[in-house]
Amino acid sequence: MSVHEQFAEDLALHALGSLDGSERDALQKHLEECASCRSELELLRGDLSLLALTAAGPKPPARARERLMSAIAREPRLPMAASASEPKQRSWWASFGWPGLRWASAVAVVLVGIGLLWQNSTLLRNLASERARFTDQESKLRQANEVVATLLDPDATRIELVAAGNKPQPRGKAIYQRRTRNLIFFASNLPPLPAEKIYELWLFPANGGPPIPAGLFKPDARGSATVVNPPLPQGVEAKNFVVTLEPDSGSHESPRGTPVIVGVGE
Amino acid sequence: MPSADPNAITSDVALVAASRSGDRGAMAALYDRYSSIVYSVALRVLHDTGAAEDVLQDIFMQLWRNPGAFDASRGNMVAWLAVITRNRAIDALRRRRPENDIEDVVVSVEHDLASEADRSRTMVKVRGALQAMPAPQRSALEMAYFEGLTHSEIAGKTGEPLGTIKTRIRTGLLTLRKVLAT
Repeated sequence: MSVHEQFAEDLALHALGSLDGSERDALQKHLEECASCRSELELLRGDLSLLALTAAGPKPPARARERLMSAIAREPRLPMAASASEPKQRSWWASFGWPGLRWASAVAVVLVGIGLLWQNSTLLRNLASERARFTDQESKLRQANEVVATLLDPDATRIELVAAGNKPQPRGKAIYQRRTRNLIFFASNLPPLPAEKIYELWLFPANGGPPIPAGLFKPDARGSATVVNPPLPQGVEAKNFVVTLEPDSGSHESPRGTPVIVGVGE
Repeated sequence: MPSADPNAITSDVALVAASRSGDRGAMAALYDRYSSIVYSVALRVLHDTGAAEDVLQDIFMQLWRNPGAFDASRGNMVAWLAVITRNRAIDALRRRRPENDIEDVVVSVEHDLASEADRSRTMVKVRGALQAMPAPQRSALEMAYFEGLTHSEIAGKTGEPLGTIKTRIRTGLLTLRKVLAT
């Protein structure tokens, strides 16, 4: 193999990933045009893989396998179409003796074939449609997961914008879906908790019933807090949500403390 | 040059094809076959079991998501996994975003690595070749490969000229290739 000598050492460095800047750019440009240097780069990577084998020894813990298999189970895939290279079957209809019967058989085979082709194309269309639907849903799910992960990430930066010159006030936002009992609540700018106190979120039912506890929480150092899907009874229509400052101990089934923020409706 | 065991290669290819069709069992079989190599390489680079487990997870998840990245016609699986694992581990060590897509990494190995016994024989040969190298050459190669140091960093660390380090790395790799070819 004829490797261009001026690139010989850079090829080894590139295989290691330690080439950068103009040297890397020049080599990349050369590799686009030079098949022998590309082959040498692949061989150098092969040499490096042999070096990796000297590290062989330790085995991963069993939990690593469980972790992988759980992650894979969460990312299912639709099976791909079967291979087109199916073995051909021996011709059988030639064994019929009568020419007329052969013709009739041929017509029947053609008709069945047309039927199968039509059925096959319908199935393929359905499969393509299902695939597109799955891909679309997968994409939406990924986006939804990313949104939720960002909303719930304690390390995410949370900055509330208020009218210029105004001091940030305690605020909260409750998003509630009665049918699914899903509730997401975000609070910001809450004052630090006094000793032996805790914040509690309440759902006030539209039917005038007593307030329902919807989660105890403590804000972080910046006064932010999140409550996600607290246990709630089925099918309660919400009239309002309120956050109160409650004693840390004792029962939290009905409000005893003072309201801190109160819902104003949409 | 010995040729690879066709059954073993077919088996890897068949497992990748099955995992492409969503067969989790095939993926589990690939994991059982190669997780030890992947984990060992990551651990050797990172010296941290938790970080090595993360790289192990990352490599096999990438294979699950993109099984077509492994081009069986241009190399064997263990060599390819070793190279992409080392690269990912160095990225993790340097706390940088992965620089290369795994499908861009083509690895060509002329040695038979299909079975565990083949790999053990090769490992013994490579270790022997490394031991036989002059210490500065072996050291330059290991610093570049397992510590992810650039040739400039190695030159700075050892006080040797940059050109000397470049030459040592290349000749070290060619020595390995030559020893294994005999």
